[in-house]
Amino acid sequence: MDNQMKLEFLSKSSNESFARATVSAFVSQLDPTLEELADIKTAVSEAVTNAIVHGYQNPDGIVCILCETNGQNVRIEIRDEGRGIPDISLAMQPLYTGSPETERSGMGFTVMEAFMDSVSVESAPKKGTKVILTKKIGNASC
Amino acid sequence: MQIALQLKQRTLIVSLTGELDHHGAEQIRSMIERAITERDVKNLIFDFSDLSFMDSSGIGMIIGRYKLIHSLGGGVALVCTSPQMKKLVTMSGLGRLISVCQSVEQALTKVKGA
Repeated sequence: MDNQMKLEFLSKSSNESFARATVSAFVSQLDPTLEELADIKTAVSEAVTNAIVHGYQNPDGIVCILCETNGQNVRIEIRDEGRGIPDISLAMQPLYTGSPETERSGMGFTVMEAFMDSVSVESAPKKGTKVILTKKIGNASC
Repeated sequence: MQIALQLKQRTLIVSLTGELDHHGAEQIRSMIERAITERDVKNLIFDFSDLSFMDSSGIGMIIGRYKLIHSLGGGVALVCTSPQMKKLVTMSGLGRLISVCQSVEQALTKVKGA
């Protein structure tokens, strides 16, 4: 591991922008392309939104982001201590949403999988959720 | 995120600048629904040409407004020029429901023909 950053914030929706911006700033050290940076920013936004909307459903929880770089590899862990996911494979199905009464598109995990190299999820009911995203950053030409 | 609403005949044009996420989607939803209730709105155009970021919360918000406008017999179009947002729109299949355009002028033509 070359570098690491840890960020914790309240599960308020107003913190979604701040979380994306912080991870973007950290990952920028690897000189990603605009597209790579946008991909990471979007995937992080999806995972953070999930923690806020589904994990806690209130603004009093703590969302934790751990970001590590190793060479050109980025590993981002987004963790909450919320209600957990009873069926992870169901939750990760495209268009499935745990909040059908709202306007959630059910695309969060699909977007994460499309924009990152890998997505893994660890969760259990009442035990919180950890989403791990990885991506290898290509070298930008000068 | 900055929101501007403009009514052109019966088409409501919603122009956003900044970033659209779950937090922003909540704000827009209530503004648009209030405008539709208070003004004679039939069609809806989302002008995202100056939006620098959007995640799937924006897609959900657009689909929600599409269902409402569609039930009123109107059309919905999206003006979107960012490659990142186009990627998201393509992935969601949103283009099968609404017109995705390069300009507000093009979008106006599309919704009036809906």
